Amino acid sequence: MFRNQYDTDVTTWSPTGRLFQVEYAMEAVKQGSAAIGLRSRSHVVLASVNKAQSELSSHQRKIFKVDDHIGVAIAGLTADGRVLSRYMRSESINHSFTYESPLPVGRLVVRLADKAQVCTQRSWKRPYGVGLLVGGLDESGAHLYYNCPSGNYFEYQAFAIGSRSQAAKTYLERRFESFNESSREDLIKDAILAIRETLQGETLKSSLCTVSVLGVDEPFHFLDQDSIQKVIDTFENVPEEEEDGGEAEAEAAAAEQGGAGDQDVAPMEM
Amino acid sequence: LPVWFSINADYFFLQFTIPIDNGDSVKTAEADSQRTLYPYVTGTSIVAIKYKDGVLMASDMGGSYGSTLRYKNIERMKAIGKHSLLGASGEISDFQEILRYLDELVLNDNMWDDGNSLGPKEVHNYLTRVMYNRRNKFNPLWNTLVLGGVKNGESYLGMVSMIGVSFEDNHVATGFGNHLARPILRDEWHADLSFEDGVKLLEKCMRVLLYRDRSAINKLQIAKITEEGVTVSQPYSLKTFWEFKAFNNPTAGAEGSW
Repeated sequence: MFRNQYDTDVTTWSPTGRLFQVEYAMEAVKQGSAAIGLRSRSHVVLASVNKAQSELSSHQRKIFKVDDHIGVAIAGLTADGRVLSRYMRSESINHSFTYESPLPVGRLVVRLADKAQVCTQRSWKRPYGVGLLVGGLDESGAHLYYNCPSGNYFEYQAFAIGSRSQAAKTYLERRFESFNESSREDLIKDAILAIRETLQGETLKSSLCTVSVLGVDEPFHFLDQDSIQKVIDTFENVPEEEEDGGEAEAEAAAAEQGGAGDQDVAPMEM
Repeated sequence: LPVWFSINADYFFLQFTIPIDNGDSVKTAEADSQRTLYPYVTGTSIVAIKYKDGVLMASDMGGSYGSTLRYKNIERMKAIGKHSLLGASGEISDFQEILRYLDELVLNDNMWDDGNSLGPKEVHNYLTRVMYNRRNKFNPLWNTLVLGGVKNGESYLGMVSMIGVSFEDNHVATGFGNHLARPILRDEWHADLSFEDGVKLLEKCMRVLLYRDRSAINKLQIAKITEEGVTVSQPYSLKTFWEFKAFNNPTAGAEGSW
């Protein structure tokens, strides 16, 4: 995408009918570190790559609990993500208070999308620079949605956003048809395997990823590092047997590539 | 100003005016609207029970204007959405106002068109919030509401009063029903009543109310809500018995009295 004379304001159309500021906002999502979501009939798993500014700092939080039955993973400008998570928590708790009943995910997602749309049609605002993977449970089952800075939202069986998410998406595309009937454990394993795809050569360790689960009879919660490591151990130790399509195993590489490729990422994006 | 004296448990009377804050910086007594002080046209008891397939609710069709039994065709039970039934005693106009609120609620719920729908629990809690908030502003909706329903096989029966007191139970009653019907229900209600037994039990309660509640009339409806939906019966009347010996010749023991 190149600079042009129609990209200064979000309220300026290009001659070809595009709003460049909105598209640039979507670029910001691609710069953030990867976030992945998958769902079965009864569970939703959200996972993200832990990225830290430097070795000295802690990693950025990318997955938030919105309610017992809703969680959200973000990629892009985390400050925008935090603010939207607070909005979602507020909507959810207000609904629970008035109706003593959990807010259906689909309705929350629409409100979120409408909020994002407003920022694409006001000259004094800018679009939110964050993509949200909203996972939740309601009367009609488990759902996973992706909310875009453009104000669009889509429902998915599985999706990945952020940098190097294409590798994860390729993995998920091969496997998604079985997800609906997946067990909770298989779903978690697939999420971690998808995360591994985005690391591209780096050794997969439990300290590098955050995994969260929610499901029928299981309120949203994070998996602890030990549980994640146990799942990793089931496939990291027997490379050839567990692979689908035979990607190179990361163990041999041992090169800690960590943050090497990310020097050109703005500090505010994670 | 007319003041009604009545022994009906729903009423209590405030004898002073409280101005409503409209946001005007200068408040004049005449410009302010008054808050609800006392009810005008009222419905008497509602009685409701859970039974095998759902909930049964009974009410008479009377609207009293003080001690006058003025209106005799008031439906005090209405279906709300697909899963709920609302019965009200107290001020009829406030009941109609509540129906308008719920109409909007159900409309918006339907407009989502997303497979989710408001169940009786949600409606009950919404009403609790409305009633309690009005009470906090010293401008109550002068009703005691009974909310019954069935969703996903689960029966629900609850009550909200004009001051926002809210709870669920297997059998509820409003007004005089609390004093006359509930003792009967405490003794004779049990889980998994058949439809016929449920109706018989409600009729027993309604008959006692008819004999003893001055604002009751002998024209009642029984409503049923199950997983399939709501049905409100056609109005009918209960058989009563007045041939007690003492009624036949009331002055037998005291000539000259009446």
